[in-house]
Amino acid sequence: MPAESDQPLLRITGVKMRFGGVVALGGVSFDVAHSQIRGLIGPNGSGKTTLFNCISGIYRFMEGDILFEGKSLANVPRHEMANVGLGRTFQNVALFRPLSVRDNILVGAHHMAKSGFIANALRLPGVRREDAAAQVRLDDLLDLLDLRSVQDIPAGSLPFGTQKRVEMARALIGAPKLLLLDEPAAGLNHSEVDELAELILQVRDHFKISVLLVEHHMSLVMRVSDKVVALEFGLKIADGTPDEVRAEPEVIRAYLGDSNTEAVH
Amino acid sequence: MRASWLIAILVLIAAIWPVATFSGYHLFQLTMVVVYAIAILGLAILTGINGQISLGHGAFYAIGAYTTAILMASWDVPYWVTLPVSAVVCAGVGFLVGLPALRLGGLYLALTTFALAVAIPQVLKHKAFETWTGGVQGLVIDKPEAPFDLPLTSDQWLYLFSLFVGVIMYALAVNLTQGRIGRAMRAVRDHAVAAEAMGINLAMLKTRTFAVSAMYTGVAGSLGAIAVAFVAPDSFSVFLSITFFVGLVAGGAASIGGTIIGAIFIEFVPNLADKVSKAAPGAVYGVILIVMMFLMPKGAGGFVADMWRKLVKAGGR
Repeated sequence: MPAESDQPLLRITGVKMRFGGVVALGGVSFDVAHSQIRGLIGPNGSGKTTLFNCISGIYRFMEGDILFEGKSLANVPRHEMANVGLGRTFQNVALFRPLSVRDNILVGAHHMAKSGFIANALRLPGVRREDAAAQVRLDDLLDLLDLRSVQDIPAGSLPFGTQKRVEMARALIGAPKLLLLDEPAAGLNHSEVDELAELILQVRDHFKISVLLVEHHMSLVMRVSDKVVALEFGLKIADGTPDEVRAEPEVIRAYLGDSNTEAVH
Repeated sequence: MRASWLIAILVLIAAIWPVATFSGYHLFQLTMVVVYAIAILGLAILTGINGQISLGHGAFYAIGAYTTAILMASWDVPYWVTLPVSAVVCAGVGFLVGLPALRLGGLYLALTTFALAVAIPQVLKHKAFETWTGGVQGLVIDKPEAPFDLPLTSDQWLYLFSLFVGVIMYALAVNLTQGRIGRAMRAVRDHAVAAEAMGINLAMLKTRTFAVSAMYTGVAGSLGAIAVAFVAPDSFSVFLSITFFVGLVAGGAASIGGTIIGAIFIEFVPNLADKVSKAAPGAVYGVILIVMMFLMPKGAGGFVADMWRKLVKAGGR
């Protein structure tokens, strides 16, 4: 871990969220350290996705706070999140389907450039400089994520696994400090999940960034995470290394059901 | 890239050649093709590339036309000076109309802009503005003569002038839509939530795109007013907005080059339909439109692009 981490990259303190009378998050707290892969698990309806949406600004949490590098994200507009240093992928991928893979990835670099409508229409020298800078990062990612051969193909026509890599590249070209992955294993087959695990580790090591992995798929989370936090009914029920969380009785009960009741699984 | 330059040059040569050979009336028709192409280009930037549907672009065309006519008739402003003024006015109005677009998605925006198109002829006729607009009668303006004693007729000069303005407008549009901003426009069209997460300010991008789009169609209106040398409220009915929309779809909504084909379509197909059947030109027009959509579902622009790709592939073998 880098030395600067007396302050965590992301600190979540007592975040609460209600929808009508339903408590989706009842005061959740945990940290994500620098260069850490943090798993966030929990059964359906446990509040994982709600928390994810609170971090990325889709929902505005009601109590508590989310600090990124010590600064609150409570009032940061959604389009500023990329600038602050948060990159994300979406459940079931959200690519710009008719656009080429290259253009998809380049959109991720949008916030790094400043040129406006007039500068672009006139193709001023500053615009060309920005384009060249984005191109360098694009080249790097095309190789790292093995996308060079498909860079001209419309993203929507690619296999699902490849689309996931495109989405990852789009998030990474913006140089995030924290990468939020929303159920990246959903819809992948066994070998694709293995590749994904490799990829997440590779990305962390290559870019020295933190990853918050929200995932259903237990074996993936346990394999790649440095630390795991488990939620149930909007509350934290475990927090620790994968082995610790796996051994936690509350987690076993939440996932496998109470031994006294008839477990479905 | 090189191929597209070659095409651009060929198109330009083909565009200048009629000056020497065409009659006055045919040149005027070509001038109107250029004018409509710019108008549809404005709509293509908004609807095809940014995904905001407007059924009211005739309103911006009217505002541009009247800006030019009023400046020329009331203040004797030279015709070419009115173009930048009209661009600024229409961009401003477009920006304001774009504001409700932030709350009204898709079809509701279409209706809002449609309402604007319905309202504009009546606003132009209104007594309060009659001193400037000339009310129902409209305004007659002078047709510009060729400058520097060039041996050109008024029609020839007007065609070349429109072509010159058109080339500049297309070049700017190509730059705008192929770079960072154009990517952002398309991204917002294809997935707004993801675009926002990538750092695109949706409100800013959409309103500015609306302003640019209105500016293009407004400048087209100005050129059209100069070419026709006359403006009147009833030339800018709802039908004009629908006609632009037809041109957009016929050309291929997201295709910049297709807007030229769309303009040729809306200028010549009604005449053609009239020649086929004096009694029911509307029906012939409708049939042509349906056949065209059936044969070229991606519009003429998409069709040409596909053919080109096939040709390149065949040539590569």
